[in-house]
Amino acid sequence: METVGNGKPVLMKGNEAIAEAAIIAGCRHYFGYPITPQNELPAYMALRLPKVGGTFIQAESEIAAINMVFGASAAGARVMTSSSSPGISLKMEGISYLSGAELPAVVVNVMRGGPGLGNIAGAQGDYFQAVKGGGHGDYRCIVLAPSSVQELADLTVKAFDLADRYRMVVILLGDGFIGQMSEPIVLPKPSGEIFDKSAWTLTGATGRDTHTIASMRLNPEDALEKLNLRLQAKYHDVAAAETLWEERETADADFLLAGFGLSARICRSTVSTLRREGIKAGLFRPVTLWPFPAAALSKAAKGKKKLLVVEMNAGQMVEDVRLALGSTVPVDFLGTMGGITPEVDAIVERIRTYAG
Amino acid sequence: MPVEAAAARVVYKRPESLANVANHYCPGCGHGIIHKLLAQCIDELGIRETTILVAPVGCSVLAYNYLRVDGCEAAHGRAPAVATGIKRVRPDRVVIAYQGDGDLLAIGTAETIHAANRGEKITVVFVNNAIYGMTGGQMAPTSLQAQKTKTTPYGRNPNDVGFPIRAGELLNALEAPAFIERCAVNSVKNVLRTKRALMKGLRNQMEGKGYSFIEILSMCPTGWGLEPRDAASWIDSDMIPYYPLGNIRDK
Repeated sequence: METVGNGKPVLMKGNEAIAEAAIIAGCRHYFGYPITPQNELPAYMALRLPKVGGTFIQAESEIAAINMVFGASAAGARVMTSSSSPGISLKMEGISYLSGAELPAVVVNVMRGGPGLGNIAGAQGDYFQAVKGGGHGDYRCIVLAPSSVQELADLTVKAFDLADRYRMVVILLGDGFIGQMSEPIVLPKPSGEIFDKSAWTLTGATGRDTHTIASMRLNPEDALEKLNLRLQAKYHDVAAAETLWEERETADADFLLAGFGLSARICRSTVSTLRREGIKAGLFRPVTLWPFPAAALSKAAKGKKKLLVVEMNAGQMVEDVRLALGSTVPVDFLGTMGGITPEVDAIVERIRTYAG
Repeated sequence: MPVEAAAARVVYKRPESLANVANHYCPGCGHGIIHKLLAQCIDELGIRETTILVAPVGCSVLAYNYLRVDGCEAAHGRAPAVATGIKRVRPDRVVIAYQGDGDLLAIGTAETIHAANRGEKITVVFVNNAIYGMTGGQMAPTSLQAQKTKTTPYGRNPNDVGFPIRAGELLNALEAPAFIERCAVNSVKNVLRTKRALMKGLRNQMEGKGYSFIEILSMCPTGWGLEPRDAASWIDSDMIPYYPLGNIRDK
């Protein structure tokens, strides 16, 4: 397949980079419903998928879209849907069912300001929803938090592999700013990893026993508890093998900044500013929000004077940071809400107060 | 023909596509008949190995355990969307969405109408028993006027909760559907007509003709508080006058 850019840098908008990367990853089925600020993604799919033998459907609702994802995944396809915060709330039923039925799927949330209808600016208020559940029952989604257009593309390809490897929902948790920004990127290559789904997909029981995909467990010999125990064991394996994070100038730092996605990107600029002032600051950026890199953070934060968590919400990831660090390092929080981005100056100012 | 051979000829048997297990349906329930009819159709069309069944939330939630085809569950009301996803990935397979009245006409109305409107090449089997059976007998969108249920203890009052919805006629307002028919399983004659409609709906899909919708009036003696024989009669006396049987569309 001819790829956009052919390995050379191309200027792409975040939402379009996700779409093209999904096609690179072999996604040929996309179901979605319009919502700002992610509309470039379905528009790109509507344009591109028919040209590569794929299927694009503008569903009648977010709920229908996630259930079309359920069907397509059950039938063995690499499949994706995307939306923004209010739409993702509607998809939560489907995400729980996908998780219970152990169906792989990639769900993109280009977060906007909330709660309710909120606004259409980028925000990070859906951390809890993505990381802690959102839907009903004991399930986990792998949550990836890109902080640049390049990473949106790279992590999209990775998301499909993770989804297939673990038969899980993978949430790509971006925001309206990253989705809308244009940056030069080199489109990733497919990993080439092959996943054999023949043991469980619905293809018609030709010359074999029937396959059933269901989350419901009523029989004592196939009890719901067994499904839950297997899910938890799987999540344990994911946490052991798939935790990702980035550290910048943490080794000699006195103060650590921590953030994900766009706020981490703002923190990166802040670290440079502080270093120029002679304040030794570093950055810890979780790339997987679940599994959360608790052990790595604990190691990076050891002996630091203070850690400041910066988020575009009222303080969500900071709870996981506090869980990871306990009382070993003092943790402070700086947040912006309602689609406002944190200012470098404000973060610098806060760190200065620690440095005295 | 030798007499012995004629004597050994099988004239009736459990369909290959119907699993040889006890089902959970109540005595007199129509689901068992409809499952058997579907299994017979699947056998006769030779599509057991190429059929994919989407089971609903409701009494027939375990349909995939009774029909020997690949199958999956769908969240309440979402069967047409799940079936859409499957069919778009596997257009050469026969995809059946099996749904009850609450599933298809209440919580899943949007999915029902839009799958039909897209002309998804699927077969929807709609079992209309005018009540929520599994949850213990609450009002369905198809419960009749004055019908007493757990949530309409004084009888369904159209001024309060609206009139029962005729699904076939509703879908007939759309351009895309290829086949819409209403049947019943309360008598031998009606059962045979239902089988013909199911055959047609499945054959349509095999021929790529598009969306087929078969509504089946079906008994719920437990939910209605009637003996099985009286439940079958109630379909004639009360349901059919409001839900007339027959073909609504055949493109």
